[in-house]
Amino acid sequence: MITMNTTSERENGAGKTDKALIFELSKPGRVAYSLPACDVPSKPADAYIPSSMLRQTPAELPEVYEVDVIRHYTELSRRNFGVDNGFYPLGSCTMKYNPKINEDTARFAGFAKIHPYQPEESIQGALELMYTLQNDLAALTGMDQVTLQPAAGAHGEWTGLMMIRAYHESRGERRTKVIVPDSSHGTNPASATVAGFETVTIKSNERGMVDLDALRAAVGSDTAALMLTNPSTLGLFEEQIVEIAQIIHEAGGLLYYDGANSNAIMGITRPGDMGFDVVHLNLHKTMSTPHGGGGPGAGPVGVKSKLIPFLPKPIVERSEDGSYYFDYDRPQSIGRVKAFYGNFGILVRAYTYIRTYGPEGLRRVSECAVLNANYMMARLAPYYEIPYPGVCKHEFVMSGRSLKANYGVRTLDVAKRLLDFGYHPPTIYFPLNVEECIMIEPTETESKETLDGFIDTMIQIAEEARTNPELVLNAPYGTVVRRLDEATAARKPVLNCSC
Amino acid sequence: MPNLHRYIPMTEQDQADMLATIGVSDTEELFRDIPEAIRYRGTLPISSALDEWSLLEHMKELAGRNADTDRYKSFLGAGIYDHHLPVVINHMISRSEFYTAYTPYQPEISQGELQAIFEFQSYICMLTGMAVANASMYDGTTALAEAGALAAGATKRKQLVISRTVHPEAREMVLTMARGLNLEVVEVGYTNGVTDLDALKAAISTETAAVLIQSPNFFGAVEDLAAVEPIIHNVKGLFVVSTNPMSLGLLETPGKLGADICVGDAQPLGISMSLGGPTCGFFAVAEPLTRRMPGRIVGQTTDLDGKRGFVLTLQAREQHIRREKATSNICSNQALLALCASIYLSTMGRQGLVDVANLNLQKAHFAAEELKQHGFELAFNAPFFNEFVIKLPDGVSVKETNLKLLEAGYLGGYDLGLAYPELAGHMLIAVTEKRTRSEIESFVNRLEESVA
Repeated sequence: MITMNTTSERENGAGKTDKALIFELSKPGRVAYSLPACDVPSKPADAYIPSSMLRQTPAELPEVYEVDVIRHYTELSRRNFGVDNGFYPLGSCTMKYNPKINEDTARFAGFAKIHPYQPEESIQGALELMYTLQNDLAALTGMDQVTLQPAAGAHGEWTGLMMIRAYHESRGERRTKVIVPDSSHGTNPASATVAGFETVTIKSNERGMVDLDALRAAVGSDTAALMLTNPSTLGLFEEQIVEIAQIIHEAGGLLYYDGANSNAIMGITRPGDMGFDVVHLNLHKTMSTPHGGGGPGAGPVGVKSKLIPFLPKPIVERSEDGSYYFDYDRPQSIGRVKAFYGNFGILVRAYTYIRTYGPEGLRRVSECAVLNANYMMARLAPYYEIPYPGVCKHEFVMSGRSLKANYGVRTLDVAKRLLDFGYHPPTIYFPLNVEECIMIEPTETESKETLDGFIDTMIQIAEEARTNPELVLNAPYGTVVRRLDEATAARKPVLNCSC
Repeated sequence: MPNLHRYIPMTEQDQADMLATIGVSDTEELFRDIPEAIRYRGTLPISSALDEWSLLEHMKELAGRNADTDRYKSFLGAGIYDHHLPVVINHMISRSEFYTAYTPYQPEISQGELQAIFEFQSYICMLTGMAVANASMYDGTTALAEAGALAAGATKRKQLVISRTVHPEAREMVLTMARGLNLEVVEVGYTNGVTDLDALKAAISTETAAVLIQSPNFFGAVEDLAAVEPIIHNVKGLFVVSTNPMSLGLLETPGKLGADICVGDAQPLGISMSLGGPTCGFFAVAEPLTRRMPGRIVGQTTDLDGKRGFVLTLQAREQHIRREKATSNICSNQALLALCASIYLSTMGRQGLVDVANLNLQKAHFAAEELKQHGFELAFNAPFFNEFVIKLPDGVSVKETNLKLLEAGYLGGYDLGLAYPELAGHMLIAVTEKRTRSEIESFVNRLEESVA
């Protein structure tokens, strides 16, 4: 039998106290809503809709009052860790500071309270913002035109691949294969599948770069595209990118740029100049829009001129009289990839961000992001294995394999121990081609003191692994729950409250 | 020191010390791996920097050139609705522990988000009557397209049958996805504002992976889901229903009516319109399809000490594990908007959801009746929820009418001729709980004047 107290906890029968579910706070007769009175003549619902189509019993939503709602979600927020709580060096995710002005501007009524089907005449400010952002992102990436429609990075990948497919088909070519390196994000091959391509995975060489011989062997008349992240997920700049582009283009394929790591290169080099034909950017990474606990993001896609006809519709255009409009007249378009015009609220934040920096500022962002990463790598190198020494870009990878071999302490254990020191751990076990991988991305918004604190903690954990491995193996100790039984969760899924 | 910026803490001294530790003399050396031929040496031709005050002024100016619903009364719906957002929602989603976190990869410090998603999944199951729901999709249209993809995979069939009463943009989205996956899409027409069941029967065969129906449909009409169900199940295809979650305060659940997959957009549940995004797609299935679902799923478990906790689970479906064999490529989702929906449903509760749905029903029917009284013709007489179609007098343009209404302070209805050539001169009107009787009456008068 479940018992409750007023502090939103519940005794779970095993002598432990759990945070209550909102459903467990319900008490019949309480309300948290306030609705307008019905000021029109009212009839029973079945006067309008046949009773066979009506719900026989209401959804069993909880009955709570407003203070319950506030305390419940406040308590949940306190059991969560965001960038505002502390250092979050999650590699490939660019967990930089999310500026507060972005949150304010996105909530202006003129942006938050407008409807996608209002007359264009009544949303000129929004259209101007989108038009300017399209142009800014095109300039930043060295592309000729941008669509703002995709909702996330993977969504952008799929959009780009669908355009690549349409481009080849428009030339009467059927190209079925997309090449990805083994260090690529999992979304790359998954997006290729959804766009109807087969994936060919090629190995990286001993320096973590694309193996040109393997690439040449994989390329052929069936190559639709190569997808590449540059800098790669190893944090390394693909030095042979010009040759790579040449190999692909000579075979008639196109180059797709996964922009997840763009925080390293703003104003320093541009995918368009490297030879890429299609680019997506993750605005929730590079452009500081918040990750939201998993979303929403935005994944605009830029293309070179030859792919412009295939962009999703609509695109925002400017007419000669200076007014802005949606251009739907795009007969070769791949169609629509999302309702309306993309995650507009995120676009407002990204535009606000660009305007806090301007071109010199964005370049400084990338310089500092890269400097921070190289500093961390230099300081950690004596304690953790650095599989690819040299300069890194905005992130770098380490391997925990010697800790595992010598003391039985895995990378997972190091990550869990970090939780006790108030840090969000780095990305672990990715990329897949580095054993016991630890992938660290500090971003530009962290101070030297923060980096030093984290580095010292990593050194201490390496020392603990050597002297007291049990301490690391059983971590964490100070979190609201300890290690969770993920195997049972997957074997006997409990995916919703049966209350 | 040039380049000082409030988001970047790097001092000149920090930079010198860090470069010394690395063993290089300047930051330029850190970019020596980038070939000179592809270095960008100019100044990017992008928007210039503004100080905080000037930026706020600039953004206010841009925002001020948009007609927002604080100043205009909206009768526009067509997939995005002007509902009241309980004030608690913005306060709670503004807790930065939620919005500045990423996907809860480290469950020990992400229990808040994980529990919130678990509650969202539970809420979606309660509303839809389905067995299992995921953590969210980009929006209702991509959720519908993913449902089609799931059905094709589960049935190993290549044909989707979709009603023309499904949102036109959702149909376009399904078509785009179908092209990628080499699926055939067959559209079925409507009669009296709802799916033509005879045409549907004729279109469905043992080749059909799924039938995709929206209810309430794009015209606002409630489809006869109970009649569709046996048609598709007789050929062992899947029944996919897209729905407006607020309508489920009153309408029978898709789960009870035999849906195998139920999707929709949670925008009516406390999410601001924001020119159509970000919103939040939801995705729910019958139990046998659980392991074919796209996207994140949270499951309940226990920790080492026996305490209840939550984790991302069934990850063997997902792209970061399965790569090209994943059930979908989705990675980022719409977690913060799923949180909006959960807080909305917590706030409305058992009775509030019924009440708000009923207010929509009553006010929309009052508006329809008023319009009839003023000589407007309703295009269909199928039962509807909070949206309905009127025919403007012959030769009157919906677009021109809406510009007149805009001048009078109203956002008029959706111009159906844009997506349905046969419905040129027809307007889709939405009425939510926010519209007062006097607003409705004034709107009807204005509309009457506008078309005179």
